[in-house]
Amino acid sequence: MTMTEAVAAPARVPVQMTVNGTDYAAEVEPRLLLVHFLRDNLGLTGTHVGCDTSQCGACVVYLNGESVKSCTVLAVQANGGEVTTIEGLAKDGEYDPVQQGFWEMHGLQCGYCTPGMIMSAHALLKRIPNPTEEQIRHGLEGNLCRCTGYQNIVKAVQYAAGQMNGGGTHDPANTADWERELAGKSDS
Amino acid sequence: MFPTQFDYHRPGSVQEAISLLQANPDAKILAGGHSLLPAMKLRLASPAALVDLGGIDGLRSISTNGGVTIGAMTTYAQLRDSNELASRLPIVSETANNVGDPQVQNKGTLGGALAHADPAADFTAVMLALGASVKAVGPNGERTIAADDLFVDLLTTALAADEVLTEVSVPAGQGKVGMAYEKFRHPASGYAVVGVAVVVPVDGQGNAASPRIAVTGATSKATRATAAEQGLNGKPLTDQNIAAAAAAAANGLDLNGDHFASAEFRGHLIEVFTKRALERAAAQVK
Ligand SMILES: Cc1cc2nc3c(=O)[nH]c(=O)nc-3n(C[C@H](O)[C@H](O)[C@H](O)COP(=O)(O)OP(=O)(O)OC[C@H]3O[C@@H](n4cnc5c(N)ncnc54)[C@H](O)[C@@H]3O)c2cc1C
Ligand code: FES
Ligand code: FES
Repeated sequence: MTMTEAVAAPARVPVQMTVNGTDYAAEVEPRLLLVHFLRDNLGLTGTHVGCDTSQCGACVVYLNGESVKSCTVLAVQANGGEVTTIEGLAKDGEYDPVQQGFWEMHGLQCGYCTPGMIMSAHALLKRIPNPTEEQIRHGLEGNLCRCTGYQNIVKAVQYAAGQMNGGGTHDPANTADWERELAGKSDS
Repeated sequence: MFPTQFDYHRPGSVQEAISLLQANPDAKILAGGHSLLPAMKLRLASPAALVDLGGIDGLRSISTNGGVTIGAMTTYAQLRDSNELASRLPIVSETANNVGDPQVQNKGTLGGALAHADPAADFTAVMLALGASVKAVGPNGERTIAADDLFVDLLTTALAADEVLTEVSVPAGQGKVGMAYEKFRHPASGYAVVGVAVVVPVDGQGNAASPRIAVTGATSKATRATAAEQGLNGKPLTDQNIAAAAAAAANGLDLNGDHFASAEFRGHLIEVFTKRALERAAAQVK
């Protein structure tokens, strides 16, 4: 009987990162993508893989306060960093205003794009608290949705902006066409 | 999808990075990873090692000293959000806001964009039009490469494999300068199907003084539209002169065609987007 020679398993490197407030340490192959670290190693399956080619945004998470496509970041690049995923947005059992917006405005159908869409929308509102409809669409350019046609996603973000800016609706100067239409209809 | 195996290095200095590149001839530099990692996942690239510049301090900065110097690891998001750039080099902040999407802007770097030399990249043309130069540091010290000499061919630059692009410098403009970048965005990726960057200084009489016009997306590498530049030089920025320069912009360029846009269509787009860019630049120096 011949024995095949044992081949060395790929070298692993230590990584440590804080995800949704919890510190994790692991040894990973350098080629492991952040999205797989989150999903497979940590079991945080809220972050989705849609296209795997950096186009769709289903995998968006915060890394050190910036929204990134976690399918296009190596876990080792996030070493020492701080990650927030969709699972980390709600606080004390309360949905984040962006999550509420998607709920209230029916901003999803199948829900596949939703975690990434919410993370990107969250990052947009952090940068531009009261965006115009155009700024919302531009800010969500890296996120694809196959179901909604985006209309209700825009409404969801506008709702969230309103909630975050003091509970009312958002700045009337940024009122979307659909709102003006609705207002016009109820007047007559 | 995941890349083939590689060793990962995260040097703390440019010198250490160069030593690692010398010791690992099949290594590649990793910057923002937004061109390299997608290529590795598709197995179009399989480097034996990655040398990640992310751990080197001092490569992520924007400084103004007459001209503007931008560290290689400065992200598009930093360029987009810089007030200093918005007032001094608006073409840079505007262009950064239109690269890919916000997530690409958060990771992608100016140095990576220039070193990668994607034929459809935006900043290759913008830096050509601005007359920028880059600093390259290698085993034999540092050298300066003008953007005009940096882009050699498709995805090929004048950088050696063990050279690190550390910064990009834009010279100070003299007097009034109009500048604009206009692109026909690929509807899926955001890359330039055709992009035209123009930087037009004007003299006391309002005549174009050595204008620079650069085209991306249409040929194997970003390139100057010299016929248009020469046609406009020394002339006032009238509608007629702008239209004539735009009509000449594609002259002498070896245009690419693909399933998305034929060479003929790209030629047409060059004219249209040169005209738009020049009109915007002209309005700034009126
Ligand atoms: C979905 C998507 C959309 C995009 N849309 C656009 C777009 O609209 N317009 C556009 O211009 N680009 C676009 N890009 C590409 C993006 O701009 C990349 O970030 C950029 O081309 C490369 O920069 P990087 O920092 O990510 O470099 P990396 O991917 O890390 O590196 C790219 C190459 O350059 C080399 N390199 C990097 N830095 C250095 C350095 N300092 N010195 C020497 N060599 C170096 C690397 O070895 C590698 O070969 C898009 C990318 C994606 C994923
Ligand atoms: S899975 Fe990351 S962008 Fe689609
Ligand atoms: S809700 Fe189905 S993809 Fe967006």
